[in-house]
Amino acid sequence: MTALPLLAIELSYWQATAIKLGAVMTVIPLGSLVLVYVFLFKMMSHMQSRLGPMEAGPHGTLQVLAEAGKFLQKEDIFPARADRAVFGLAPVVVIVSTFMLYAVIPAGPDLIVEDLDVGVFFALAVGSISVIGILMAGWSSASKYSLLGALRSAGQLIAYELPLVLAVVGVVIQAGTMSLQGIVHAQADGEIFGFGLIGNPFILTQFIGFVIFLIAAQAELTQTPFDMPVAESELVAGYMTEYSGFRFLFFFIAEFGSAFALSGIAATLFLGGWYVPFLPDGLLGNLAGPAVLGAKIMFVAFLIFWMRFTFPRFREDQLQAIAWKFLIPASLANIVVTGILKVVM
Amino acid sequence: MGLVPGAVKGLGVTLRTMFKPAVTVQYPHVKEAPPTRARGVIALKEENCTVCMLCARECPDWCIYIEGHGDKAPPRREGGKPRTVFILDRFDIDYALCMYCGICVEVCPFDALFWSPEYEYSEVSIADMLHDKDKLGEWMATVPEPPPLEVGAAAKK
Amino acid sequence: MSLTSNPAPVDWQKASYVAAQAADARVNVELETEGMILNIGPQHPATHGTLRVVVRLDGEEVVWAEPICGYMHRGYEKLTEVRTYPQVTTLINRIDWLGSFANEVPFILGAEQLMGIEAPPRAQWIRTIFFEMARIANLTLFLGDMGVQLGALTPVFYAFRDREYVLNLIESATGGRFHPNYDRIGGLKDDLPRGWIDECQGAMRKVRSFCDELEDLLMGNEIFQARTRGIGVIPAAIGLDYGMSGANIRASGIDWDLRRDSESPLAWKEVDWKVWTHPDGDSFARYWVRLQEVREATSIVDQLLEGLPAGPIMSKVPKIIKVPAGEVWCHTENPLGEMGYYIVSQGGLGPFRCKIRSASFNNVSILSWLLKGVYVPDVITILASLYFILGDIDR
Repeated sequence: MTALPLLAIELSYWQATAIKLGAVMTVIPLGSLVLVYVFLFKMMSHMQSRLGPMEAGPHGTLQVLAEAGKFLQKEDIFPARADRAVFGLAPVVVIVSTFMLYAVIPAGPDLIVEDLDVGVFFALAVGSISVIGILMAGWSSASKYSLLGALRSAGQLIAYELPLVLAVVGVVIQAGTMSLQGIVHAQADGEIFGFGLIGNPFILTQFIGFVIFLIAAQAELTQTPFDMPVAESELVAGYMTEYSGFRFLFFFIAEFGSAFALSGIAATLFLGGWYVPFLPDGLLGNLAGPAVLGAKIMFVAFLIFWMRFTFPRFREDQLQAIAWKFLIPASLANIVVTGILKVVM
Repeated sequence: MGLVPGAVKGLGVTLRTMFKPAVTVQYPHVKEAPPTRARGVIALKEENCTVCMLCARECPDWCIYIEGHGDKAPPRREGGKPRTVFILDRFDIDYALCMYCGICVEVCPFDALFWSPEYEYSEVSIADMLHDKDKLGEWMATVPEPPPLEVGAAAKK
Repeated sequence: MSLTSNPAPVDWQKASYVAAQAADARVNVELETEGMILNIGPQHPATHGTLRVVVRLDGEEVVWAEPICGYMHRGYEKLTEVRTYPQVTTLINRIDWLGSFANEVPFILGAEQLMGIEAPPRAQWIRTIFFEMARIANLTLFLGDMGVQLGALTPVFYAFRDREYVLNLIESATGGRFHPNYDRIGGLKDDLPRGWIDECQGAMRKVRSFCDELEDLLMGNEIFQARTRGIGVIPAAIGLDYGMSGANIRASGIDWDLRRDSESPLAWKEVDWKVWTHPDGDSFARYWVRLQEVREATSIVDQLLEGLPAGPIMSKVPKIIKVPAGEVWCHTENPLGEMGYYIVSQGGLGPFRCKIRSASFNNVSILSWLLKGVYVPDVITILASLYFILGDIDR
């Protein structure tokens, strides 16, 4: 397996993997940091009529590094009655599940860690492993509040997996492939009623799917209005209450890393991923692709965080009712219509 | 009004606020001036004080510590008796206890205590919050003129 | 065993477990195997201060609840026995610390009644203006705060931003933002500074636009309505039984407001205003009533500012105030509800005994009835919508 045929370098498998691993490990914290700074610090502040961090670095740009440093230097606390092994392992499970999502997101025509034929399926499957980590965290914390938070989140995440997956099925039917790189090409090469200039971003035909995906992603990320597991004013921090220091940092990076990854998947499935009309070929294309994808990720993340800062949260049973009684029937209807139209047209 | 769902209107509110300037005043680079009557700190005009002890007695927290001694001053007229005056030895206010109620300033019959809007006098140890008459006298420089009154107010006698 | 010998090593895990069980037992709870006991508070973001609500849960449903107050008891009624009238005025500012000026008024009015003094009209009008501004300061915080309890992070920032204008006005006239200490027996301490009336009218406009913003952002939001409609319904009869007052009882349909229905020398009778009620009695109704009350308060202030009579603000009172012997009960419609003082005077420099009736104490007493059969998130909604201040409960 060689990487970067454009540079005409022959790499062995382990070298290629090491480079890919390095790239992913830089992208994840970088992506999370950018999301945290732009949306959590600045966008949230301006929506609340205030400035946000301004002291650390120009306009508070280094605040995120300061926060990371603050978490790292804290004491590693274990509650007295906590199950130490499970308690320590829980954040690792959650963050590993986030990292694995990055394996299939294409950032350019040749920039992908592994172009799996079942890319979408793989992404959704590994994304749901974080539920185990959350349950481990809540149970091993030996605190009633954490337990309540973990149970709520297990119910919520499992309920919203289904609309997430079903919303994507429409896209898969339309693209004809589950590979994410293939879906980008299907949008790039597609035409809207014979007009092929901007390709065929699936958001136009799969608009309902996009909305359902966004709502389900909001719930998967436990963001308001679906943040019952971490209802700050009730459960203090839900399943994360007893965590401090770098373990809490793991949860934090996992949250924003998942936001980055799910926005990336949404941008790839619905907005055309790294493709933009008149994208140059070759090396330039591989440099411009990540920038294009980055811009689309910022747009999707903007929608996600805009909803987070505006709405109050749902109660657990209302949350479940929305998933089971509204989102799933809507996405099933979407699949049926897409299937019929695909066969007919 | 009834066609746009409330959720969408809410999103509009936050979006609009995002584009309006923030109201934050970036202290300590920019400092807002408190109003003239703001109760920041109490200043002492030592020459007016006659050690009558009214402020120390009326304070709800008993945070004013006063010590004075009597002395003889020359008589006002020729051939009269020497007058007894009281000299202020110690006038401490413990700002860790002070409730900033202003009763001492109000009851002083000789206008020796004044309010000043000064607020930047925090200390790192509670014991340092006990300020003596020299410090209180320094704060007299920050005491503002009382603001002019609103229309319709009765003239001050 | 002698006192100096080393005791046996303690098994801390077991000891802390036993102590936790004993703490639960101390609140008259039978230790059963089913149902989880949850302590909401005293350190908890949702209880505005140190209120402890012990609930027994069956899954997420509350089976039994008991509020335990007293964590913030400061001994006010004992303090009033050993302080003079000006000193008591200073202290009682801090009972309901958000509705600052409103705490002083019933006490001062009661003392004036005992002395047979009436403050001049300008003073009564300005007192009413500050009373309504205390109501605005208090209730705007509620409007934002209920959003936070329900998960909406943004409205509370708008609330703090727009109540700054009101607090700045209170500071420019009295010297203190939260504890004005402005009311005196016989009138007020100082008159208003120049330009205050115009600034105040500007601030009222800002508060009104804040109310409109909040209607769009929070009250009209479908999620907010789904979380609050039908939650924590207080039937009017039960509310009256428990002695609820203020917006809580007006949201259950009872048309009762002491500003209109009781004799008061303050200037409410001089202006045109409306008492807002809502028939539902649920959390949404309580929010709705308080939003309308803020708007109504801005309208009252505007009318009072336009018609403010000229004149002195202090009537003739002796320098050393000694209130003649007697007893008086004086109550007003404070932002949180009905607040009253029963002052027993024996002719001294301070009250002989002062019983303080605070609104939140009665408002909280309904929790053990109200929380039965309610889900845990709804407990938070109900606590938020009842709106109590700990200083007001515990005094």
